[in-house]
Amino acid sequence: MLYLTTVVILFILWIVMSGIFDAFHLTIGVLMSFFIAHFSWDLLFQNTKMPLSERVGEFFRFLNYVFWLIYQIILANLHVARLVLDPKLPINPKIIRVPTKLTKDISFVAYANSITLTPGTITIGVERDHLLVHAIDDRVADDLFSGAMERRIARVFEVGK
Amino acid sequence: MTFHTIQIITAGFFILAGLFFFTTATLGLLRFPDFYCRLHATGKGDTLGTLLMIVGFMIYEGFHLLSLKFILIPLFLFMASPTVTHSIGRAGVTCDVEPWEKKEQSGTEETE
Repeated sequence: MLYLTTVVILFILWIVMSGIFDAFHLTIGVLMSFFIAHFSWDLLFQNTKMPLSERVGEFFRFLNYVFWLIYQIILANLHVARLVLDPKLPINPKIIRVPTKLTKDISFVAYANSITLTPGTITIGVERDHLLVHAIDDRVADDLFSGAMERRIARVFEVGK
Repeated sequence: MTFHTIQIITAGFFILAGLFFFTTATLGLLRFPDFYCRLHATGKGDTLGTLLMIVGFMIYEGFHLLSLKFILIPLFLFMASPTVTHSIGRAGVTCDVEPWEKKEQSGTEETE
């Protein structure tokens, strides 16, 4: 089942990248999708026991999270743009420890990457129970300590826990 | 005002907004005091900039297969860019690069 899903995803990618719809190219696309999926399908999906319906649900929750994240990125980017353009440069950089209760690897990756994507904060270290984050001023650090982002990530990836 | 005009104006708005964020990212690179702060500017000041510009290009081109290719670009960028920024930052921590603190700045500001 996962094997076929990988083939379908690869084939969609093939169509998007080539943009040619005649029989010859589509046939090559199908053959190559099966060929690549044959030895790499287990790389795309980590947890092979998860049922497909749950997987689709997780995908849509993740999509919802991505839109929220883009909104946050816009807000934070405006904040950093204001810091940069201010003649006095009112920054107060510091390294903070952000405790986290996340358990899965995938949620750690999503959390750390989201923190780095949001301007003003960079993850510079990941431990089992906390993250080391370099924050550029107090406001972005407070945003992080409020834990809104962590709760949303937990809602996406750690529902079964 | 035809549909085409509106299309071009909207596209131009998005591309200019993207350019604005690229400009602030570059200004930040020049103005921020140390390694970590400059990482803030370069590493992801351009994520939003790229996203806005790609949206601008998509509107300019109109919707067809090319738009899907445009979506792929920010998709990969949003995975690759924070990962690289994180590894550069962690390399800084491993090599004991001293982070810049606020207190020193107030001192230098008075002497300048």
